[in-house]
Amino acid sequence: MTTTMEKRRAESYLGGEYGIKSWFLTQDHKRIGILYLLGLTFFFFLGGLFAVLIRLELLTPAGDLFQAETYNKLFTLHGIFMIFFFLLPAVPAVLGNFLLPLMIGAKDVAFPKLNLLSWYLVMAGGLFAFWAMVAGGVDTGWTFYTPYSSTYANTHVIAAALGIFIAGFGSILTGVNFIATIHKMRAPGLTWFRLPLFVWAQYATSLIMVLGTPVIAITILLVAIERLFGVGIFDPGKGGDPILFQHLFWFYSHPAVYIMILPAMGVISELVSCFSRKRVFGYKFIAFSSLAIAVLGFLVWGHHMFVSGQSLYAGMIFSLLSFLVAIPSAIKVFNWTATLYRGSVSLATPMLYALGFIGLFTIGGLTGIFLATLAIDIHVHDSYFVVAHFHYVMVGGVVMAFLGGLHFWWPKMFGRMYPEWAAKVSAVVIFVGFNLTFLPQFILGYLGMPRRYHAYPEEFQVLNVLSTAGASILGLGFLLSLVYMPWSLIYGRKVRGNPWGAKGLEWEVVDTPPSPHNFHETPSVEEPPYNYEGEYTAAEVAHA
Amino acid sequence: MPEATTAAPIAHHFSSAEQQNETAAIGMWAFLVQEVMFFGGLFTVYLVYRNLHPHAFLEGSGHLPVGLGTLNTVVLIGSSLTMALAVRCAQLGRGKGTAGYILATMALAGVFLAVKTIEYGSKWDDALIPGVRWDPWPGADPHLNLFYALYFIMTGMHAIHMLVGLVLMVFVALRSLRGRYSPQNHIGVEILGLYWHFVDLVWIFLFPLLYLLNAGGH
Amino acid sequence: MSDHVLPIRSYLNVFFALMLLTALTTAAAFVDFGSFNDVIAMAIAGTKAGLVIAIFMHVKYQSPLIRIFAVAGFAWLLIFFVLILTDYQARLPVPGWGS
Repeated sequence: MTTTMEKRRAESYLGGEYGIKSWFLTQDHKRIGILYLLGLTFFFFLGGLFAVLIRLELLTPAGDLFQAETYNKLFTLHGIFMIFFFLLPAVPAVLGNFLLPLMIGAKDVAFPKLNLLSWYLVMAGGLFAFWAMVAGGVDTGWTFYTPYSSTYANTHVIAAALGIFIAGFGSILTGVNFIATIHKMRAPGLTWFRLPLFVWAQYATSLIMVLGTPVIAITILLVAIERLFGVGIFDPGKGGDPILFQHLFWFYSHPAVYIMILPAMGVISELVSCFSRKRVFGYKFIAFSSLAIAVLGFLVWGHHMFVSGQSLYAGMIFSLLSFLVAIPSAIKVFNWTATLYRGSVSLATPMLYALGFIGLFTIGGLTGIFLATLAIDIHVHDSYFVVAHFHYVMVGGVVMAFLGGLHFWWPKMFGRMYPEWAAKVSAVVIFVGFNLTFLPQFILGYLGMPRRYHAYPEEFQVLNVLSTAGASILGLGFLLSLVYMPWSLIYGRKVRGNPWGAKGLEWEVVDTPPSPHNFHETPSVEEPPYNYEGEYTAAEVAHA
Repeated sequence: MPEATTAAPIAHHFSSAEQQNETAAIGMWAFLVQEVMFFGGLFTVYLVYRNLHPHAFLEGSGHLPVGLGTLNTVVLIGSSLTMALAVRCAQLGRGKGTAGYILATMALAGVFLAVKTIEYGSKWDDALIPGVRWDPWPGADPHLNLFYALYFIMTGMHAIHMLVGLVLMVFVALRSLRGRYSPQNHIGVEILGLYWHFVDLVWIFLFPLLYLLNAGGH
Repeated sequence: MSDHVLPIRSYLNVFFALMLLTALTTAAAFVDFGSFNDVIAMAIAGTKAGLVIAIFMHVKYQSPLIRIFAVAGFAWLLIFFVLILTDYQARLPVPGWGS
């Protein structure tokens, strides 16, 4: 048995070719996914380190651990590394890269060399940001508002900006790759409505990547040009408009949050379906809601600018449009819930993460509606209410989904199972720690504690201490997974075939772990997706 | 037309030349969409500042050489023609013709860039480069810097895209001469063509917005 | 991707049309049409762009998918322009801004 397993490993994409070059010059989308996993894990924990320092400072009301300027650098670098070098690429570049060709019956993505280039670009961008950090940091906030960033800041803005520019280009190329792949490389019989919802999610995400990222690219270039030459583009003293920067910045950065959440939602569809042993309720609604989010997400950016000096008229329009964009997200939550209803639910670790996602994303999403309400936002803008909101959707949403997906597809990727007990403990610790960290922050924000301040009034201390306590627990949960996941690669139970009994080409046809070219012969698809036994009527199968 | 035996094979992950071609085309179009948004950001900045400082824009534009701008427009559109003819040769399997037309495209692009250099040079002489050498004439609109900043950034970005195109043209021309393209598989030439026409499209809009606001010199 | 090989004449016709439109737009620049200046300039530029896209880039002969891509970029730009202008058109005038 062992020899067979070793032979299987040698015949999989993990074996065959060994050595540095075979990894760093690979064109195999699966290996590239792993390369991303390694890089992004590093950036995640780097961003986490800054979070630790922030929460340590905020244990006491006085700004006694760091100077204000240093604190500014902490939250800036936390934001930059977490957003640009973890959250944005995480699900698409790790899970998307690995799974997309497997799910559609392709041997690779459309442009394998471009795929490798994307990885190098993201890593190079991260290196620039890393350099900006060690050279003394950036203190503008990850939002780089002008004219501070363009004229007055004397920190390493250009280095950080260049890092984001380069990584953004990698993101664009990934989007281009996925769009071409999904359109043109589906196996025979795999019509759009037979695709897993994860693929729909990736597609919608790729549309946003292509349409939005170039705008932040040019915006960042303009900031760099302004810093270098002082031409006046964002300088009010020279006729420039700082709010123009905000328009340009948020035109991308709002859709960017949908780049983060859409693939995560795609993961949840897969998890909820498999661990309820039911097809996803309202498949078409979920598919189209992904597209709706992608489109509507471009129409709402002004809700970040309600108090910036933007006209009230524009503010009202953006507020109304922001209410609209919540609808497709809500539709998904209802459909997942309906999928769970009367399903045969099993609480494996991936399902724990999925359930956590549904609850936490709902809280995050609903608080987003509060913020979209112009009149409320006037009061809570730039407060901890906002911080809590986006951490609920980003960590409670995206990170949970990423971890859930990572656990779910881990056996497929490596032929090894992670230890279920450790994983469950970790998931619960993360859930508890997360809520303890961020729930108090809603209250803090509502009570008036501003964000990005290293000192605060005494009456806020209790809640801050709770939040920091929660952060330590959260950190422990993450560190636990950092231990048992690599552990499982060596000592984990070896797995073959389809350990979850899940539906989908990647589970039913592809080897575990996959062979280098994924499929021994081109598969052909005749069934609807998520065809857990007895769930489709004959008429539905015929029409799918 | 005999099948070129030196033509490049299709990549291993595609099942047919047709699939490879269609995929490459979609890829290039998706890339061009992001290019539209990239330049679009600059056009947005232009839109806003022209709205806020209309007089500065009129004045700035009035000092741009309409003649040279028109010449460059003609040259660049001409290069689009030669590029389209290059693609046509590739469709017909004429490797040498393809390379020849690409060379013509490069020559015309070279003319464009030479004219641009002259233009930039004269801006240096007139000290009209914001942040680098800025000393406009007395009585100039106080926000002239915004117009000229946009002029340099937009035409500069456009020129960079032309340079990238030139590099790509060298590769494609060489491949064509080596017979790597066939009527069934010349997608490299097609997508180069798409890219180059896009570069032309940007200029088609840049030209009137920068050069023609105040041609009569009000 | 089409296998449609156009005769050289088609390309030349488009080229001459583009030359004509270029001459037209430059000439029109010397005449003051008041608030129509921009409209005319953009209409001509739009027509030139349309010709390049349809014939030089073969979009006229491409699948609906490619046509959607071609339109999508400009549509998104339009979204950007329109929504941004709602802010600038409606903002309270600030002293010193706008001449």
